[in-house]
Formats: sequence, structure tokens, C-alpha cells
Amino acid sequence: MISDYRRAALALAVGLGLALPAHAFTACQVTDVGGIDDNSFNQTAWQGVLDAQDQLGIDARFLESQAETDYEANLNSLLGGDCDVIFTIGFLLGDATQAAAEANPDQMFSIVDFAYDPPLPNVLAQVYATDEAAFLAGYLAAGMTETGVLGVFGGINIPPVTIFMDGFAHGVAYYNAQKGTDITVLGWDPETREGLFTNNFDSLDDGRAFAQNLYDEGADIVLPVAGPVGLGSAALANELGAEELMIIGVDADLYRTDPERGHVYLTSIVKRMDRTVFEVIETAIAGAFEGGVIVGSLENGGVDLAPFHDFAGAVPQELQDELAQIRAGITDGSIPVGGE
Amino acid sequence: MSMQDTATRKLLERAAPGRVDFENLVVVPLFAVVAALILGALTMLATNVEPATIGRSYLALLQGSVGSLGAISETLTAAAPLILAGLGLALGFRAGLFNIGAEGQILMGGMAAVICGFSFSHLPFAVLMPLCVISGGAAGAFYASIAGWLRAATGAHEVITTIMLNMISYRLVDYMLRLPWVQRPGRADPISQSVPPNAELPALLQWLDPNLRLHAGIFLTLLAVVVVHWLLFRTKLGFEFRASGASPEAARYAGMRASLIIVLAMATAGMLAGLAGANQVLGVLGRASPGFSAGIGFDAIAVALLGRSHPVGVLFAGLLFGALEAGGRQMQVDAGVSIDLIGIIQALIIVFIAAPLLVRALFPWGFRRPDSGDGRS
Repeated sequence: MISDYRRAALALAVGLGLALPAHAFTACQVTDVGGIDDNSFNQTAWQGVLDAQDQLGIDARFLESQAETDYEANLNSLLGGDCDVIFTIGFLLGDATQAAAEANPDQMFSIVDFAYDPPLPNVLAQVYATDEAAFLAGYLAAGMTETGVLGVFGGINIPPVTIFMDGFAHGVAYYNAQKGTDITVLGWDPETREGLFTNNFDSLDDGRAFAQNLYDEGADIVLPVAGPVGLGSAALANELGAEELMIIGVDADLYRTDPERGHVYLTSIVKRMDRTVFEVIETAIAGAFEGGVIVGSLENGGVDLAPFHDFAGAVPQELQDELAQIRAGITDGSIPVGGE
Repeated sequence: MSMQDTATRKLLERAAPGRVDFENLVVVPLFAVVAALILGALTMLATNVEPATIGRSYLALLQGSVGSLGAISETLTAAAPLILAGLGLALGFRAGLFNIGAEGQILMGGMAAVICGFSFSHLPFAVLMPLCVISGGAAGAFYASIAGWLRAATGAHEVITTIMLNMISYRLVDYMLRLPWVQRPGRADPISQSVPPNAELPALLQWLDPNLRLHAGIFLTLLAVVVVHWLLFRTKLGFEFRASGASPEAARYAGMRASLIIVLAMATAGMLAGLAGANQVLGVLGRASPGFSAGIGFDAIAVALLGRSHPVGVLFAGLLFGALEAGGRQMQVDAGVSIDLIGIIQALIIVFIAAPLLVRALFPWGFRRPDSGDGRS
């Protein structure tokens, strides 16, 4: 008799356990044109949703944008479904997300890399003080270059891209000021806001060609800030050899997401979108969702410099110590990352 | 006649069949779609998608394209520019011209429409909206007639020149979007100012639900189908287009001005593509950014081929491709199947359309007995 009850209770528990995920929280994501498997920007944000799927048992769905014209249409497809929160990944989805959020005030949205002013009540924006980590990368690159020339190029001239380039250039300038060196950065001028841009986030061929141009101009370390485009640059570095050309990855730790060419990545400027996306999902499940802004910084671990991995032995201890000092200086505000 | 010319002629014959033939016009495309869907399912199976998921994904394809008012709205929104540009390409095929340049013509038309929109934003809707639609068409017509003129004056093949003009249009748009009077204030990336509401093609169903994107461009599209049909089959100019396409020599001996007809046919095709561009920026996007043409100009080639270069055929082919696009998104949302599969299915449809004998071999029971095998495809 008791065993029957126990069995019934067990069946009930199993039934609930099976039934719960079906009614559970659903997080949906609209990617930018780089695609969900870009090893970089979109993939990192999606990782946050996947982590939530593992740890919180939520349902996850995504929709890839193949062109800029898809943003609105993709958002529309998700609005019809049962998404509790919709993540839109990237600055370029700013307009489309705003339109959808205003038309659907009861739907929770969260956008990466775009903050609304004034904030929308149903959009939680995730932005990153990427220049803090990029500043460290610039200082590191300046300390590592043999040729005295560094290269950088971007995807599209938009703030979440140029903030990498700004931080990098200022980090190099800081190194020059400290050491009296004259290391130059090709591809971006923080003053004129002009530089090298592929004008897309998906052409690996462009990534190779732009890196080749910078290499031909003498650069031995290149920072491509263009999502998967950088994989093309890494392919070039892989052929030339890391002693000729090193790449600094962006968004994810590319040593891990692109392991075949891991040895060409000096480091990566990581933007922990996975962490902030996870945080948003947790907040939403807890019912504490509110429109506003989350800022990822060096201090709260929202942005960081990835480990040196294969280059761990090649980066002099002195340089590593200086980086640690600068990191402390950035977090306590004594070193401004925005340049002099 | 060189090999090249014969091959081109054969392709054109297939794209724009002279005879009205029910089997070729209707049965082959229908079976092509079925065969493509079956092969699409096999592709999914081969990439380790479970059969249940495949079923669910095709269900989602149906739901996402015609399953609700929102789905139908999305299908029509996606179909409109494909039909407009497809009509232009069909008209070109009929006139014996392989215009690969719809993409560039869409970009030029869209840019003109956007610039018109924000430059004359003080004009009332009744004047501004038509003006911007027309300027889109005019820009597309001008851009395409460059290739037409090159063909007529120098003999440069329009396939090459239109492809090259596409390349030029990409960079030209990049450049124009950075011009201070075009670029949106406060932005450093290439993006144009917004189109004011009084230049927009009005949304039709937003009083029902603000997420329904269907806009007045669908009327423009239907009007274009009727006008192109009338132009091709009821006017002297249309007859000249078709005559030049069917046999340039005969047309010339009949006293038709071949050069003029080439330029006019290209201009008309370009105008329709330009209208497709205007339709996009005034009805859907509200602005221009790099690559806002989004491959419509290339998909429209497939639409024109599938529609057998007949305006009504193009209408249905455009609707099918619009449905595939709208339903494809739902497929990805509901079943998690990659949206690239839709591209594969579209491509397979074209392969089967281009190889009618293959379709006949696959579905022999769908056709009358071949009439003593005269090799007619």
C-alpha cells in the first residue's frame, strides 16, 4: 500500500519534472548577421542563454538575421511565439528593438550594446566598458610588438566597435608616454574618428585582406573588431606563423572558440555577454525585471583580458606586472582609459 | 552563331517559353517545388535532424507563411519586392536580355526614394509619397539603361555590365550613406536619415495589430503585374520586346530599332527593380543602410525563372518565395532548423525548373505521354 503511494508520488514528481520544462521560461534571441556560430559576438551572447538552459532549465530559441532587413521580421516571428524575454544582439538592432518594444509594452526585451536615452520601461540594455579591457590589450600589444607597428580594423563604424579601437589606441599611447617609445597604431585615429572598416560583420575574405594590408604595412599584431571577420585574419596569421603576425581576439576568448588556430591569438578582449545575458534571465525569472542598463566593466568582470594561453611564457613577467598595476589603476579610476 | 550564343539562346528559351504550354508552365514548377521539399527533408535527415523535427519544421513552414494573419502579412511583405524586381527581370528575359543587375538597380532606386523622402519632407503625403516612389523607379531605370546603352552602342554583354554595375552600386551606396547631408545626424556608421512618415507607403493592418507590417506596396505590386502584362501582350512596344527576344534578326528585318528596344527594355526592367527598392525603404525599412537590397535582386532572378517570365507566373512565384522566407523564419524558431535550409530548398527549386526533363523523369505519372520524344523540354 505504502509502496503504491510512494510510486504514485514518484510518478507525480516525475510527471511534474517532465511537465515543468514545457511551461517553463522561454528565452529567445535574434542574432545579428554574423550568425549564431560566429565564434565571437553572437555566440557569446547565445552561450548565456545556453548556460541558463543548463542551469535553470529554461527553453531557448534563436533566429539568425541574414541581412539587416531581417531584424524587424525576425522580431515579429518571435513576438507571435511564447518568448518570455527576447534578446536582440547588437547595436544595429537598436531601431528594430525600440519599435518592437514600443508596440509590445508587455513583452520583456534585452538588447546588447545599445542603451536607450531615456530608457524604455520594458528593455534592459546591456552595455560594456570595453575600452577598459582594450586599453590593457593595447598596452600589452605595445609591449610585445617587434616592428613597432600595430594594426586594428573594425566592422562598422558604430560605438560598440570603435570603443575597442579607442581603448586599444589609448593603451598604446599610454605605453608610449610611459616608456618614451613611438609605437604606431594603423587603422584607427581616436581624434578624427576615421579608420579601417570592412563595412560588414560576415566576410572572412575581408578579414584576411585587411590583415594582409596591415601586415604589409609592418604590423605584427592585428586587432580585428568585426566578429567572425576576424577569423579570416586568424587564418592569415596561421599561414604566416604567429612569429610574423599575432591576432588579438574580441568578444569571446578566441583561443577556446577557435581552437584550431588558437596559437595565433596573443590574447582576447572578452566581453562577457554570456554573463550579463544569464543575469538578465535570472532577473526575469525572479520577476524583478525592469527596464534600464547593465554595464559590464573590468571591475565587475563584464569585460576582461583573456589568458595568454600559448603566449604565457612569451609575455615578460615585467610586462605582466605592469598590466596588473594598470588594471588596478583603471578600476580605481587613477588611469583614465579615454586618453589624455 | 557561336557556342556561347546558342547556349544563351537556349537558356532564354527556357526562361521565356514562346508557346503556352500548361505542363511547362504549371506542372513542372509544381513538381519542382515538391521535389525540392522532399530533397530538403532528405538533406535534414542527412544532417542528423530527427524525422519528428523535420515534420515539425515543415508544419512551421506552413504556419509561418499562411497559418495566421501575421504570417500572411509577412509573406506578402516579403513577396512584394521579389515580384516587382522579378517582373523587371522577366520583361528583360522576354526581350532577350539577361539582366543580373536588379540588385544594383534596387539599391539605386531605394537610395533615390530615401533621399527624396527626407529632402522634401515638408510636402504633403499625397504629393511626397508618389514622388518618392516615382523617383525610385526613375533611378532604377537610369541605372539599368547604362547597361542597355553599353549593349546597344558597343555590344558589351549585359550579363557582364550589370554584374559590374552591381559592384559599383554597393560602393556607391556606402559612399553616399557617409555624405553629410544623407547620413543620420549623430551616427558615424553608414546609415541614412529616416524617411518621414508622409513619404512612407502606409501600413495597412496596423489598426489591427501594430506588429503587422503589410503596407501599401502590395497594391503597387499588383498594379505592376497588370501593367507589365498589358505592356508585354497588348502593346506594340511589348510586341517589339518579345519579337527581339524571340529572334533578333527577324525583328531587325521587320524594321524594329534593335538598339532602342534594348535600351527601353533595360530601362523598364530597371524601373521595376527601382520600384522594388523604393517599396523596401518606403514601406519596410524607413531608411537606407549598406546592403538593404538583401539579395532580393538575385532571388528575383529565380522568381522570374520559376514564373516562366510571365507576369502572372512571376506573381505566384514571388508569393511562393515570400512564403518560403516568412515560413523559413518560423521553421528556425519552432524547430530550430537552420534558416540556410530555406536557401537550399529555393536553390533546388531552381535546379528542377532548369532541368524539366529531370522532373519528368521523377514524376512520369504527372505528365501526358511524351509526344514521340521530340526533345522538347
